[in-house]
Amino acid sequence: MMDPTPIDCDQFVELVTDYLENALDDGLRARLEAHLDECDGCLNYLQQMTTTVALLGKVRADEVDPQIRQRLLDAIASWSSQQ
Amino acid sequence: MNAPSEEATLLDKLRAGDPQAFTTLVDQYTAAMLRVARNYVRSTELAEDVVQETWIAVLKGMANFQGRSSLRTWIFAILINTAKRKGTSEHRHHEVETLAFTGGTVDRARFRDADDPYPGHWRESPSAFPETPEGSILGKELTTIAAEQLALLPERQRIVVTLRDLLGFEADEVCELLDVSLGNQRVLLHRGRAAIRAVLEVYLQG
Repeated sequence: MMDPTPIDCDQFVELVTDYLENALDDGLRARLEAHLDECDGCLNYLQQMTTTVALLGKVRADEVDPQIRQRLLDAIASWSSQQ
Repeated sequence: MNAPSEEATLLDKLRAGDPQAFTTLVDQYTAAMLRVARNYVRSTELAEDVVQETWIAVLKGMANFQGRSSLRTWIFAILINTAKRKGTSEHRHHEVETLAFTGGTVDRARFRDADDPYPGHWRESPSAFPETPEGSILGKELTTIAAEQLALLPERQRIVVTLRDLLGFEADEVCELLDVSLGNQRVLLHRGRAAIRAVLEVYLQG
């Protein structure tokens, strides 16, 4: 039987990553989802976290300076030719 | 990440000494390698040295690469070891650091007190972040703020968030690279993401 103890908002915010990572056991997951069903604040908090993750995914790595790229390729070619 | 069959083909070419295959690999990973290396060393120049040393080590080790982990995990494991050797910061106490911090990731004042009829509930509910279509000005602003806050995170959180959320590494890959448990990996990810979320929220509330 499902543990009926409700989850509070201050607990939810510390479980949100485990939830997104599928790391909660079934009972805790069900309690958390029951809380989300009736708490708009936590639903919004979840949206804020997933939006944060999506924004981080858009942080692009800086373009590699062509000179650095060439130096790396030269170093590799130089090493290879000595073998 | 490369599909397994693609990776096998690439590996064959690398082992045969095909220079074009190495160029492909360098172009695929160098930007991400510089980003990860920069987490461990003081300057961009040192990060470049780390990446160069890593590529030479990859060349040397290619013949013995067993394929037990993916090519990417193997390359980044060499990168991180090389970067740590060159880095000046202390890396031994990190597990302790990870576990020592037990505070919450959201300001306690956001929640109702124990004597409230709804203890532990939001005083004022958070609002959803706005949707930002591809290329929108707000989206770019928020991405910039996220990147700036990422740079301010404690080292371990920064590295985990970088690997997971910026570079798309899997959780088990990160555990292998950083030699942390899945649980600690999640703790670091959680704190890092939550700190960035908090800054975005403040910005959006103006």
